[in-house]
Amino acid sequence: MGVAIVVTSGKGGVGKTTTTANIGTALAMMGQKVVVVDADTGLRNLDLHLGLENRIVYNLVDVVEGVCRLKQALIKDKRFDNLFLLPTAQTKDKTAVTPEQMQKLVDDLKKEFDYVIIDCPAGIEHGFENAVAGADRAIVVTTPEVSAVRDADRIIGKLEAKGLEDHQLIINRIKYEMTKKGEMLNIDDMTDILAIKLLGIIPEDEKIVISTNRGEPAVTDENSKAGRAYRNVARRIMGEDVPFIELEEEPTGFFASIKKLLFKK
Amino acid sequence: MDLFKFFSRETPSKDVAKERLKLILIHDRANVSPQFLEMVKGDIIRVISDYAEIDESGLEIKLTRAGEHGTSSPALVANIPIKKMKEFGR
Repeated sequence: MGVAIVVTSGKGGVGKTTTTANIGTALAMMGQKVVVVDADTGLRNLDLHLGLENRIVYNLVDVVEGVCRLKQALIKDKRFDNLFLLPTAQTKDKTAVTPEQMQKLVDDLKKEFDYVIIDCPAGIEHGFENAVAGADRAIVVTTPEVSAVRDADRIIGKLEAKGLEDHQLIINRIKYEMTKKGEMLNIDDMTDILAIKLLGIIPEDEKIVISTNRGEPAVTDENSKAGRAYRNVARRIMGEDVPFIELEEEPTGFFASIKKLLFKK
Repeated sequence: MDLFKFFSRETPSKDVAKERLKLILIHDRANVSPQFLEMVKGDIIRVISDYAEIDESGLEIKLTRAGEHGTSSPALVANIPIKKMKEFGR
């Protein structure tokens, strides 16, 4: 029996889909059998992040409505044989599925897969209810902005009200230069405010744009800083104790070392 | 860089952000409507007025946190300027 993890945030545009695609791919790279589920009916995008948009025949709504069997809707990834995508419908809306149907679907997937990663839509309405219905754990994604942190807090409250106590935080798009100048909320500020366990710190990385353009998750790129951080997240999900990447991001080189010696706080 | 910081008095924007967030989250978490504070304010004025003459325009009531840490329980703090005590109150 596998584990179902919902990736949620409240606010849109903080990187839920990017996180889902990268964690799913990273877990598959580590040999796990993984399915990533797009729960954003009507605004599907997970297929694009994985570069699988041209292979979709059936979708999640078709499965729920009995148009096809679950296996027929699963799309095998291009690179990894043990990674699958369950896309959703683009022309239906969120009310096409009920939380009960979603729970049954996720339970069925858990029988086949080690990890079921569910990409939650933005907002706290029907789409959110569906996405969390079958989840055992939640990953809350936020960015170092007041609006994203506020929405994350709201989502954490919602998750706790539902009895989903196993939730952890990913802080996405952190800019180390700005945090150092005190012009961006840092990791401590955010964990202090949100009082939730930290699962990952993802640095701002232009490579994310490139990898989304290509439909190849950043974790497959050895040189991507964000990709490396996401691989660490996957290891932590599997129970490994991996130190946080923040320190690795400090500038290196001759001048940086001198500066560090002189201005050590 | 650090020298500049030494001379400039401006609070780093992340501290402003953190303070604003802490305050707004107290309201979000307590789930109180804007009318709530107005209603409490009205009732406080009514009760205190029996004992003292108060400066209603200067009355301030706000939702804050009980301890120093952001996650502690919410607390109501009222600042009620008194103009004159009434005979009854002595």
